[in-house]
Amino acid sequence: METKNLKKVDIIFECEHCDPIKVLDRTVKRKADDIILDIIDSGLKGRGGAGFPTGLKWKFTKNESATPKYVICNADEGEPGTFKDREILDQVPEKVFAGMAICGHSIGAHEGFIYLRGEYNFLLKTLNEKIDKFNKHLKDIGVDFVIKIKSGSGAYICGEESALFESMEGKRGEPRNKPPYPTVSGYNYKPTVINNVETLVYTTMICDLGPEKFKSLGTSDSRGSKVFSVSGDTPIAGIYELELGMPLKTFVDEFGDGDTKAVQVGGASGHCIPRKLLEDTVIGFEGIPTGGSMMIFNSTRSMYNVLHDYLEFFTEESCGQCTPCRVGCQQLLKGIEAVKKGDKKPDYLEDMKKLAVNMKLSAKCGLGQSVANPFTTIVDNFREEIIY
Amino acid sequence: MSKKYLVNLKINNKTVSVEEGTTILDAAKKLNFKIPTLCNHPDLNVAGNCRVCLVEQKGGKALTASCATPVAEGMDISTNSAKVREARKHVIELLLSEHNADCTKCFKNGHCELQELASEYRVGDHVFLDLVHEEDKIPDISSPSIQKDDSKCIRCQRCVRTCSELQAVSALAVVHKGDHQRISTFLNKPLDDVVCTNCGQCINRCPTGALTERTYIDNVWDAINDPNIHTVVQTAPAVRIGLGEDLEISPGQRVTGKMVAALKAIGFNSVLDTDFTADLTIMEEGTELLTRLKKALLEKDDSVSLPMMTSCSPGWIKFQEHLFPSLLPNLSTCKSPQQMFGPLAKTYYAQKKGMKAENIVSVSVMPCTAKKFEAERPEMRASGYQDVDYVITTRELAMMIKQAGIEFTKLEDERYDSIMGESSGAAVIFGATGGVMEAALRTAYEIVTGQEVPFQNLNITPVRGMEGVRDAAIEIKGAKPEWSFLEGVTLKIAIAHGLANAKTLMQKVESGKADYHFIEIMGCPGGCLGGGGQPIPTSPEIREARAKAIYEEDGDMPIRKSHENPEIQAIYADFLGEPLSHKSHDLLHTHYKPRKRY
Repeated sequence: METKNLKKVDIIFECEHCDPIKVLDRTVKRKADDIILDIIDSGLKGRGGAGFPTGLKWKFTKNESATPKYVICNADEGEPGTFKDREILDQVPEKVFAGMAICGHSIGAHEGFIYLRGEYNFLLKTLNEKIDKFNKHLKDIGVDFVIKIKSGSGAYICGEESALFESMEGKRGEPRNKPPYPTVSGYNYKPTVINNVETLVYTTMICDLGPEKFKSLGTSDSRGSKVFSVSGDTPIAGIYELELGMPLKTFVDEFGDGDTKAVQVGGASGHCIPRKLLEDTVIGFEGIPTGGSMMIFNSTRSMYNVLHDYLEFFTEESCGQCTPCRVGCQQLLKGIEAVKKGDKKPDYLEDMKKLAVNMKLSAKCGLGQSVANPFTTIVDNFREEIIY
Repeated sequence: MSKKYLVNLKINNKTVSVEEGTTILDAAKKLNFKIPTLCNHPDLNVAGNCRVCLVEQKGGKALTASCATPVAEGMDISTNSAKVREARKHVIELLLSEHNADCTKCFKNGHCELQELASEYRVGDHVFLDLVHEEDKIPDISSPSIQKDDSKCIRCQRCVRTCSELQAVSALAVVHKGDHQRISTFLNKPLDDVVCTNCGQCINRCPTGALTERTYIDNVWDAINDPNIHTVVQTAPAVRIGLGEDLEISPGQRVTGKMVAALKAIGFNSVLDTDFTADLTIMEEGTELLTRLKKALLEKDDSVSLPMMTSCSPGWIKFQEHLFPSLLPNLSTCKSPQQMFGPLAKTYYAQKKGMKAENIVSVSVMPCTAKKFEAERPEMRASGYQDVDYVITTRELAMMIKQAGIEFTKLEDERYDSIMGESSGAAVIFGATGGVMEAALRTAYEIVTGQEVPFQNLNITPVRGMEGVRDAAIEIKGAKPEWSFLEGVTLKIAIAHGLANAKTLMQKVESGKADYHFIEIMGCPGGCLGGGGQPIPTSPEIREARAKAIYEEDGDMPIRKSHENPEIQAIYADFLGEPLSHKSHDLLHTHYKPRKRY
C-alpha cells in the first residue's frame, strides 16, 4: 500500500502568505464551474470523518433547481477527542468564512450558517464581530452572501447533518431518512452544502494555492493534509496538521510515550488499533479514516474502562428514535458489565458482537452504525481485559 | 401536476414497475411480499425509526428501511435474505428487551403488533438483558379517558405524529435522548393536566398497550349484576357500523340488530339509542341556529356569535377551550347527544317507567374516548346525579360480548327498547363527518320553508366526503312568513374533521376571514366513525367503508328527518314543551370554560 512518512504541514493555520480576504476577492471573479472543477480536481474529501468528495457535493447542490440554497459550516465538533475546529475558528476564522462565501458563490446560495457547538459559545463574541466585518466586506465587493451563526444546544447527534438541520429549524435534533440527501433537501428542505470547518478552510486554500499543490500531498485515495487532535498518553498533546497516508506506527513513534498500547483513531465512534497492528494501519480513506481525533493509550489504561466510557457516551447521546441505536447501545453497555461481573459467560461477547454488526446494518444514521467500530475492535483485540 | 414516471426494479427476483416516489414497502406490497412494519401508519408521515421493515439492497453497505426509501431504477431488493432476517429479529428482540412483555395481563393482549411480530419470529430465548425501568411500570391513570403505560412503549412515535399531524394538539412529544428518551407530556405532567383533548386517536394508532382507554367494563358488569339496579344503555350512531370489526366481521358492515341483541343478552335492562337524542340535538341545535340568525339578521343584535359551531364532539370542545377560548361563545350550548340522553334517562325515562333515578345506572357505548371525560365534567349532573355513569368504547363492548360468551355473528337481529329507542336516518349520520350538518339542514330548512331540502332523496351530498375542510352554500327559497327575513339568504356552512383541520378553520374564523353561519366540527378523522374508541386498526379505506355503511343505514331508515321521529314529538308534548324551553335549558344545554394551553 502507498504510504507516506510523517510530515508536518502548515496550510490551515498559515497566515503570513495567505490573506483569505484576497483569496475571496480573487475567487468570486471566477466562474462557478471553474471553482467547482478545481475543488473536484484537488481530490478534497470531507474532513468531518465521512469523507464525501467536497467538489461533488458542491456540484450536486449547484445543479439543483430549487431555491434558496444554503451553505452550512458544521462546527458542532462533538466527537470525543476532537478539538481542532475550535482552534481553527479561534485562529483563522476568516479562512472559514471565505470558504463559505466561495461555496455560496459557486452554488448560488445567498445565506450561510455556522452551526456552532453549544460548548463553544465562548467564541461567539469575537466570531460575531469578525462575521460582521466579513459580511460588510462581502457587501462592499458586491457578493450577495451573508453569514450567520446558530448555536447548538449540546447534543452530540446534532453534528449529524440532517439532525443539525432539524435543530436549526427549531425542532428536536433527530436524523432524517436518506435519501433525500442535503444536496437535494437540507436546511428548510432546500438544497444545502454542509461542510466541516476544516473542509471549508481547505477549499479556501485550494482556491489560493491551486489544486496541484493540494494534490501533491497525501496519497491517491487521501489527497492533502489533515488537522489532527492528539490526546491521551502523549507528552506532546495538541493540534497538528499532517500529510495523510502515514502508517499509524510512524504517528505513534512521533507522538507516543514509548509505552503505547493502542490508538483510538477517529474518536469514540472510530476504530481502536492495538500495538500489533500499528505498522499495517494507514491513516487515510484507504485505511482508517478519521475526523482528526487520535487518542493514545499506554499500558496503564484499562481497555474495559475505555470501551465502557464510550458505550456510556453513546447510550446517552443516541437521539433515541431508532431501535438498534437506542436499545442496542444500552445492551452493549449492560452486556459488557454483565460479562465483567460474571453474570453472563464470556461467550456472551459473541452475541454482543453480532448485535454490533446488526446495529451497523440497521441503524438510521452514522451514530448507531459506528458504535460497532470501537466495540468490535476493542473486544477483538482486548478480550481478556473485557472479561477479567 | 408533473407527470409521474415509472420506475423498474426487482424485488426478490421479481420485476415490478411503480410510479416514482413509491416506497420499497409499497412496491413490495404490489408483488404480495409482506414486509413487517411498526412505526409506519397509513394516516401518518413516514418516520423510519423502528427499523423492522429493513430490506437488503444489492450493492448497499447497510440495510434499507423500506417504508422510508423511495424506489430507484434498477434497484435489486431482497426482503427476506439471511442478513435481513437476522437484523430484523435483532430489532424485535431489542424492542422486547425494553418492553414490559407481561402480555397475558395486558389490555392489548391479542391485539398487539409487537406481540404478533414476536410470535411470527419466534423470539423465545431471551438473548438480551431486561431493560424495562421499574418507574415506567406505573401507568398514568390520571385521565378518565386514556391510560399511558411507558413500560410498554416502543417509541415508534405514532402517537406523537398523530397528536401533532392529525390533531394539531401535540399533547404528546418526544423528550430526552438515548436511554432516557420517552414519549411524554409537557413537563411530564399527568395527562389530565395538559392540553390533551382525550380524542384517543393516539390509542387507535399505538401498536402496543402503551396507550389504551381507561376501561370501565368491570363497573358495568357490577351494575348489571346488581338486582337493585336498573341498567339502561345507549349506543352511539357510529358503534353499529364499527363493532363488527372486533367480532370477526369486515369493515363497513352494519350490525345494529345484532348489537341490540347482544346488549340484551349481556343483561342490560333497557337497550336504548343515542340516536334518539341525536334527533333531539337537531331540534335544539337547529332552533338555536335559527334563533341566532334571527337575532343577527332581523334584530341586528351584534352580541350574537356567528358562525355557530356544533358541540357534539367532546374532544373538539376541550380543544376549543384550550386553544380558541375567544370562540367559546360560538359553540352551540347544546349538550352532545350522550349528555342529552343522560339526564333524560334519570328524569323523563325514570318518570315514565316509575323508577327512582338513584336506582338507574346509565351506561353509554361510544366510538369515543373523550366521552368518558365528558361524562365526568361537573356540568353534566343536570339530573341531580352523574347523568351518564359509565362510558365504554366500541372496543370494550366487543370485549364484553366475548366475555359473555355470545356468538355475535349468529345472533338474530333485535329492536331497541322504548322509550328513547326510536330514531331517524338524520341521527344515524351523526356518526360521519358532515352528518350533523346534513341532519340539521334537513330539519331547519323545513322549519323555515315548510319544504324538504332541495336535494334528491334528502341526501345533501355537498356536505359529505372525507375532504378535511369543506364548505357549501344553500340558498333559502320560499321562507314562511315568520321566517321571511331568511328569504333569499344564502346559508354558508363549513365542515371540518380531525382537529388539525379544525385548527385551520378556526384560525380563519378568528382572523375574520370566514363569513360562515354554521360550522360542524368533529374531533376525529372521518367524524365519530373514526373515533378514538373504534376498533383498531384504522385507515382511510376503513373509514370510507364505515361511512358508506352509515349512509346506507340512513337510506334504509323509514324516518329520515329528526322532527318526524314520533318519540321526539312525544317528548316535547309530554315533557320538554318546546325546543329551547326552560326545561330544555336545564337539562339539555351547557356552558364552556376557557382552559390553559400549558
